[in-house]
Formats: sequence, structure tokens, C-alpha cells
Amino acid sequence: MTRISGWGRFPRRDCRVVRARSEQDVARAVAEAPLIARGNGRAYGDSALNAGLTLDMRGMDRMLAFDPATGQLTAEAGVLLADVIEAFLPRGWFPMVTPGTRFVTLGGAIAADVHGKNHHCDGSFRACVDWVEVMGPDGTVTRTTPGEDLFDWTLGGMGLTGVILRAAIRLRPVETGWILQRTIPAPSLEAALDAFEANADAPYSVAWIDASTEGPHMGRALVMLGHHAPREAVPVRLRDRPVTARRQRLQVPFDLPGFTLNRYTVGAFNALYYRLGARKSGEHLVDWDSYFYPLDAIGNWNRMYGRRGFLQFQCALPLSTAQAGLTELLTRITAAGQASFLSVLKRFGPGEGRFSFPMEGYTLALDMPVNDRSLRLMSDLDRVTVAHGGRFYLAKDARLDRATLAEADPRAEAFAAWRRETGRAARFTSAQSERLGL
Amino acid sequence: MSAGKGAVLLLGAGSDMARATARAFAADGHPIQLAARHPERLTEDRADLETRYGVPVSLHAFDALDTASHAAFLSRLPELPQVAVCAVGYMGDQAESVADPEKATLVLRSNFEGPASILAHLANAMAARGSGVLVGISSVAGERGRQSNYVYGSAKAGFTAFLDGMRHRLAPTGVHVVTVKPGFVATAMTEGLDLPEKLTAQPDEVAAAIRTAVAKRRNTVWVRPVWRWIMAIIRAVPEPVFKRTKL
Repeated sequence: MTRISGWGRFPRRDCRVVRARSEQDVARAVAEAPLIARGNGRAYGDSALNAGLTLDMRGMDRMLAFDPATGQLTAEAGVLLADVIEAFLPRGWFPMVTPGTRFVTLGGAIAADVHGKNHHCDGSFRACVDWVEVMGPDGTVTRTTPGEDLFDWTLGGMGLTGVILRAAIRLRPVETGWILQRTIPAPSLEAALDAFEANADAPYSVAWIDASTEGPHMGRALVMLGHHAPREAVPVRLRDRPVTARRQRLQVPFDLPGFTLNRYTVGAFNALYYRLGARKSGEHLVDWDSYFYPLDAIGNWNRMYGRRGFLQFQCALPLSTAQAGLTELLTRITAAGQASFLSVLKRFGPGEGRFSFPMEGYTLALDMPVNDRSLRLMSDLDRVTVAHGGRFYLAKDARLDRATLAEADPRAEAFAAWRRETGRAARFTSAQSERLGL
Repeated sequence: MSAGKGAVLLLGAGSDMARATARAFAADGHPIQLAARHPERLTEDRADLETRYGVPVSLHAFDALDTASHAAFLSRLPELPQVAVCAVGYMGDQAESVADPEKATLVLRSNFEGPASILAHLANAMAARGSGVLVGISSVAGERGRQSNYVYGSAKAGFTAFLDGMRHRLAPTGVHVVTVKPGFVATAMTEGLDLPEKLTAQPDEVAAAIRTAVAKRRNTVWVRPVWRWIMAIIRAVPEPVFKRTKL
């Protein structure tokens, strides 16, 4: 038994963890007991925990083929996006869709159907997936392609459709490893939403949002737009670098005391960050690593919230109710005096798939230390989300209850029914799927 | 042969340490030779090295215990490697080894006789050429015989002494020998054991240590330096006291 958790370090469970190094290892595990596959443990909550059997897929991390004519990479599920970048950015390729950390596995990215800063233009991870091979409950391996039931449930299915073994994804050709970034300071939520709408054609956009300020500046944000820099936009001496990732310069070597991040320190940080960000107008060259993965530079940043860990809250709201819903969410958050160290706002394009998270509108992500006040606040935020027709991101979730999920997302019941009918519900379970009745 | 880009041979290539080491050298652009008892199981590893690093990779059948075949194995390699890493090893089960000396013999042969034989062949060929590096993955278990694993430990002790001696002998020829003492490593061999996190290296760490040791021509490498002190203490315990411990 090993005590493991998601990236938020809450909850922690004693799980029997078995590492798979080959398809045979996976077949043996699937025949043995109900299980969940686990990638690099970057889902925040309990998506990849199963006390009886958690199948560690990091042993299946081989790249199998690459076609430079199409940019198609075939790889085993345990390959990290970081590995993909390391191998292919020097050859002029970058992941088509990447979440905010490069330390996710291919299997995890598929299971959560992750999204990136380009969702409004390119869609979620599924947009770059040509096929997925999934081992079903009876041990047979199916290669599934877009348009098929299995494909549609697997993308966003949180590993509950079977064990993802391999996949073929398409990479994006890039001329350099640099991003041209432009920051738009938005003094209020309304201004932030306007900035997103006015810049719908920017390939990448995301906003850091201040979730600790009340009053007229509530929801002030730095909207950060970006696009891959062409060769001629980059000074000659920088063109070929940085093609490798920075070393992690900072480490959080131990759990910081739980009070390190409180409403005052976070409030002060937010005010400073906003002021510094607002000063940087105009276009800047930023290396790919700092642009896409700012937090990856700090090793074990999940320790900043102390021993008890932290909770993430991420919801998506439809376009029609987004402004009202976000205002209500921010009002509750600031009123509760709860500090969210890093809050992110992002415009989503149209949603796809049977059980993927994104929907056309806006998504808000927050983090909070694990305590009773946070839990109460998050239940409040759940209600606001449901009332505005929103839904929840299961890759972040550690505490949602079954009734709330059913209310927010009628697709959950359809997914659970399909899982029962196809024998998957009995074979593939996680602490999360049990909590949510999936 | 261009300096630094000669082929690297991995013996026991299916092991987690060998896989990580192959990646470390392939990342530097070395052609890779993977040798294992079942090379057909390594086709995905070959694809991985080729896809990630664009280096040529060849697969070879190799049985460490079949020492009579070692000369022929060597002659079949596409080129005499610049670096050969021996990751062959078999821990066995100490209780079984104690109860059944036949089983102990298999552990002794797998960890000492087989690895020593193939490295001896490689040493002679490299000495004739006048260059090369041999890397033997031995073990901290060879530092002192202990009741809990002296069969494996004694074989590794023999292997360590063999590597020492070869290094001494080959010094004038330009061939270098590296002895690696990894300590606990999180691999298939140790899966299910409850290993202390601070003392347990990842295969990647071992691989990085080997790559550095080859580049800098280090003699003996303790992957996690703390092991050097742990074993120094274990060696220093007087026998009368040692006999009363359960180590």
C-alpha cells in the first residue's frame, strides 16, 4: 500500500499501486481487480485513486513513431507532454493543445480532454487526437477514432472507459520556441470580458484574475494574448533557443505553514502583480516554457498551501450567463475573505464530445487551502454555477457531490448508464467515480 | 571512430536502469545496441529511441548465463561499442537461496559469472583497440555480507572486485572501467518492497550518474552519496555486535 493523492494533495488514500510496463502488464491488472489507470498524478483531486488497484502507467512511456509529413506522433499513454516537447520542439513541432503544466501524460490529457489557452480557436485536446487504443473490461484492445462512441466517451471520460494504452496525436509546426505576448490590463471584470471578445482571433488568450478585490475593481484582470513567434520576429541570437526547458530554479523543499497564503498576503500579491502587469503593455517575446508553464518552474509548488493540501474549483459558464455568473462567483469569493492564490479566467470556444468539460462561454479556475471555510464556500460556488447553467471540471474536482453533478450535467447519468451497459462500471472505478456515481 | 558518438551497448537492456541509460546516451546522439535474452520484447524500446532521438538502434539476443556464446555475441555486433553498460542482475529470493543451494548458484552466476564473462570479452577487444569504457552496475549489497541477502551480496562483492581489478589492469591501455553502486532503485526488481524514499533513486538518476561517470572517467559512483556513508557504518560494525543485528 502506498499513500498517494492528486496534485492538490487532498484527499490522500492508501492505494495498492502497480506499475505497468507493457500491454501484458495492463491485461494482467485488468483481469485481476477493478482499477483506475494513473498518469503523472496531475489531476488535482481523486480522479486517479483506487485503493484496491491503481495502475501506474508511467512505465509505458515509449514513443513509437513520428511522421514528419503530417506531424503525427504515436506514443504510449505514459509519455509526458514534457517529453514530447523535449524531443520535437528542436525539430520544429509543439503540442497542438497543452494544459498549464507540461508534466501530464498523454493518457491523462486524453482522459481529462484537457484544454489550453487556444481553446477558443482550436478546441480541446481531442482536436489533435487521431486515434486512441483502449483496453476494455475483457482485456481486448480497441483502436477507436473520432466519431465512434468509445472515442467520444474516452475523451473526457476520466479513465473510466478502460485503460488508455496508446494514441496518435498531431503536433503543430512552429518556427521558433518563442511566443509573442501582449498583456491587456483590465480594471474590472467587464473590461476583461470585453478584452476577450475583442481579441477572439488571438491564437492564445488567458487572464490572470484578481479574486481578492471587492468594489468597482472586482474581477480586474490581466488578459494575456499570444501567438507563436515567426522566425523573423525573433532576434537572430535567440532564434534557436530556448528549445530546451529551463531547469527548475525554485523548489518548495517542504510544506510551507498553512497560514503562508492568507487573504492579506494573497491580496498584497494580487495588487502588486496587477500593477506590474499593467506596466508591461505592448508585445513581448516570451519563451514557450514561461508562457505555457509558469508554475512548472517551481518544483512542488503544490506544497505552498501547507500539509493539508489545497482544493481547486473550476467551472464553465455559458456565454449568455457568464457575466452575471462570474460577478456572483466573485462576490461570494471576496465576501468569504478566502484567498485564491492563482485565479484564471479563460474564454472557451464551442464544446464538443459526450462528456468533455468545455462549453462555449467562460471558465474560472481558483485554488484554496483545504479547510472548512473553503469547503463551505465551494458548495456556495457550486450552487451559483448550477443556477447559471454551468458545469464542473472533473480533473480539478475532489469534493463535488453526486446530486450537484447530476443537476449541473445531465450527461453524467448517460455516461454512467453507458458504463453499466458495456461492463465498464464494474471494472474501471476511481475514488471520484464512486463519489460521483459515474 | 568519432569521439563521444561511438555506439553504446546495453547488456540486460530490458531492465528499467538499462532503458533509462539507453535514453541518456541516445539523447547525446550515440547509436544504441540493446542486448537481452528476449530482444523481440524490445522492439518498442527501439522505436522509442529512434523516434525520440533519431539514433540507429539494433537489437541482439544475449544470455548472460550462456558464457560459451559470449565471444560469438560480440562478433555479431554491428560495431565494437565505445561504451558497454552491464545492467544484468538477478536478486532471487534470499530464503529460497538459503533453502536450495541450486537457486543460490543461479543468483551467483547471474550477478557475477555472466557479467564478468561478457565484460572480460569486451575488455580484451577494447584493449586491442586502445579505447572504450566498461560500466558495471554492481551493488551496495556487496559491501558486507548480511544474513538478509548475502547470496546476492556476495556475487555483487565478487563483481565489484572484478571491476576493480579490470580497471587496474586496463589503466595503461586507455580503456576505463566504471563501477556503479546504485543503492535502492525504484525498478521492477524492487517493486512491492517498502523502500525509504530518501534512499531510493529513480532509474533516471542512475542513468544520469552513469553518463557523467563515463564522460568524466569516474571510477566508482554512488548514485545517492548517502549510501557511501551508510555502507561505511555497516562495514565498521564489529563482528560480535553485527551478529546480534538483523540487518
